[in-house]
Amino acid sequence: MVPKVAVIGGGIAGIQAALDLAEMGIEVFLIEKKPSIGGVMAQLDKTFPTNDCSI
Amino acid sequence: MSKRKKKGSGDSRASGDGPRIGVFVCNCGTNIAGFMDTEDVAGYSATLPNVVFVRENLYSCSEAGVNDIKQAIIDNKLDRVVVAACTPRTHEPTFRAACKDAGLNPYHFEFVNIREHCSWVHKEDRDLATLKARDLIRMGVARSAYLEPMEPIIGNVVERALVVGGGISGMTAALELAARGFEVVLIERQKHLGGLVKSLYEIYPWGEKAADYINGLASRVERNSKIRVLKACEVTDVRGYVGKYEVTVSSGDETVVAGIIVVATGARPLLPEGMFGHDSRRVITMLELEAMLLRSRSRRKKVVLMGCAGARIPGRFYCSRICCMTAIKNAIIMRKKWKADVTVLYRDLMCYGVQNETMLVDAKKAGVRFINYSLENPPVIEKDTVTVSSEILGRDLKVPVDLLVLSTPLVPQDTNVALSKILKVPVDEYGFFLEAHVKLRPLDFATDGIFVCGTARWPASIRECLEQAIGAASRASTYLARGEVEVEPIVSVIDEEECRGCGLCVALCPYGAIELIDTEKGKKARTIDVACKGCGTCGATCYRHAIRMKHYSDEQLGAQIRAAFVKDP
Repeated sequence: MVPKVAVIGGGIAGIQAALDLAEMGIEVFLIEKKPSIGGVMAQLDKTFPTNDCSI
Repeated sequence: MSKRKKKGSGDSRASGDGPRIGVFVCNCGTNIAGFMDTEDVAGYSATLPNVVFVRENLYSCSEAGVNDIKQAIIDNKLDRVVVAACTPRTHEPTFRAACKDAGLNPYHFEFVNIREHCSWVHKEDRDLATLKARDLIRMGVARSAYLEPMEPIIGNVVERALVVGGGISGMTAALELAARGFEVVLIERQKHLGGLVKSLYEIYPWGEKAADYINGLASRVERNSKIRVLKACEVTDVRGYVGKYEVTVSSGDETVVAGIIVVATGARPLLPEGMFGHDSRRVITMLELEAMLLRSRSRRKKVVLMGCAGARIPGRFYCSRICCMTAIKNAIIMRKKWKADVTVLYRDLMCYGVQNETMLVDAKKAGVRFINYSLENPPVIEKDTVTVSSEILGRDLKVPVDLLVLSTPLVPQDTNVALSKILKVPVDEYGFFLEAHVKLRPLDFATDGIFVCGTARWPASIRECLEQAIGAASRASTYLARGEVEVEPIVSVIDEEECRGCGLCVALCPYGAIELIDTEKGKKARTIDVACKGCGTCGATCYRHAIRMKHYSDEQLGAQIRAAFVKDP
C-alpha cells in the first residue's frame, strides 16, 4: 500500500512539503481553500534577497 | 498573437521532412513585453527556418501557457519547442515536462533567455532589446534543429547516510534519518558528541539546561542501533557521486559508503584576542560567561554586556544573529542569580520571533539597562568603568563595571575550506558553507546528494539548527527513500577509438566523474554518467577531440554560433 499524506495549505510551505513527500514516493493530497495554490508568495513580484520571482 | 506558417529555407535540414519547430515568446507580464516589441519578435520568429508555429504568451510558465504549448505540439505536430522567456533555472523543468506530456522527448526543448539576458539589461533601449531578442531566438531555433532525444540516467542509491559533525544539528539530523529507517554513520572530530551547545548554561527562550538537552540527545544517538558514531575522526577524502559516496576517514583505512552526506560541522565563537582588553578574567567572552554561570557562584555585581564585539564591522559585515538573545537571556539570569546590576550595550537589537521579543520585555522588567552605541563611537573600556556615547541621549554615560562580557560573533570552522575542497562544495566569502539557492534550495548544495544544516551554513539559534537538521534529513530522505536517483543525461561521451588514455580529463574533472579503465587496447577514459555534470571541461581539454558533450555537441553549438552572424533583415 502506498502511504498517503494530506498537506493542509497550498502556500510556499505546503507546496514544498508536498513536493518533498512526493519525491519520497508518498501519495500526497494538497488541500487549499482558495481556487488556486501559491498563497501569499504567488502575489509577490520579486522577493529578497535574490530579487527573483521564485514561483 | 501571431500564428504564421512558413516553409523554412537556408538550412540543410529544412528541405523535405525537416524539423517542425514551435516558438513561444513569453511576455513575462511586463518584464519582457515592457522593454521590447514582442509582437515584432514573434513575427520575426515565424520567418526563421523550420519554424511552423509561433505564439506569444502573457506568461508561458502559467497553467494556461503550459497547456497552450502542449496543445500546439499536438495540433501542429511540433517536434522541437523553443520558449523565449527567462532563465532556465526555474522553468526549464516546467517546459520539459510540458513537452513530455505532449509526447515529445523533453530534450527537444530549447530555452532562450530574453529576460535576464535581454529585456532586464536593455531597459533603456527598446529597439536594441528587440533586435537582440531576434538574434537570440534565431540562434536558439538554429540549435534546436540539431537537438537529439535523450533519456534520463538512473543510478542506485546506497541506503546509508553520512553525517559530518556531532553537534546539535548533526545529532538531530542523524536521529531523524535513523527514525526513517536509514543507516547513519555520524562522524565527530572531538572525542565526545555535543559540539558548542555542550559548553552552554541554559537555552533561550525556554530556559532548559543545555547539558540536559545535549546529553539526552547524545545518549539517544549512542543507543540508536541504526547510528554508528565515529569519534575523534575526520573526513580525509570523498570520491563518488550521489547514491554512492565513498568516504575515507582518519580513524583508519576504513571507507564509509553512503548514498548522501549531511554537512553539520558547526561554527565557533570568535576569540577576541587583543580586542577590548580581553583577558578572560575581567573582560570575557559570552562563552566564558556561560562557563561561569555553570560554576554557579560569582561575586560580580556590575556586569556590562557588549554586543557586536567584532561583528558588523568592515571585513566582517554580517550579523551573528544569536548574540542579542543570548545576552538578554544571560542578563536575566545574572539579575536573578547574582543580583547583579546588568547593562547591555547594543548597536541594534535583533530579537526576532514572538518568544524572543517577550524575553526582551522580561529583561527590561527585571531591571536590565539597555544603552545604544554606534560603530563610529565604540565604548571606551577602562579598569572600573565603561564610557559609552549614547546615541539616544547624545552624551557620554559612565557605567561602573567589574565584569565586561563581549558578544563575539560565530565564525566558520577553520576546517571548512579543506572540507569544502574534499566535498567539492562551495564556501562563501567568510568561509561558511554556501547553499545551492538561498530560497529555492536552502539546505541543498549544488552538488546532488550533499546537504547542509546548522551553523556550518550561517549563525543560527538552536531552534533554527533543529529546523534545518530536520529539513536536511527530510531532503536527504527524498533520495534514500526512492533507492534510485534520476540524473540529467547531459554528460560527456568518450570515443574509445580516439582516446589515448592520457588521463588529462581525469585529472581536470571537478566531479571525479571520469575513470581510466584497462581495455584490450590499453588505458581508456570512461565517463561515470551518474557523476557527470556536463560541464564540458573534459571536452575542452581533450587534444584528440575524443570527447563529445551530449546536448552541447559541436553540431548544435556550431549551428547556434553560425546563426549569430546571419544578418537580421
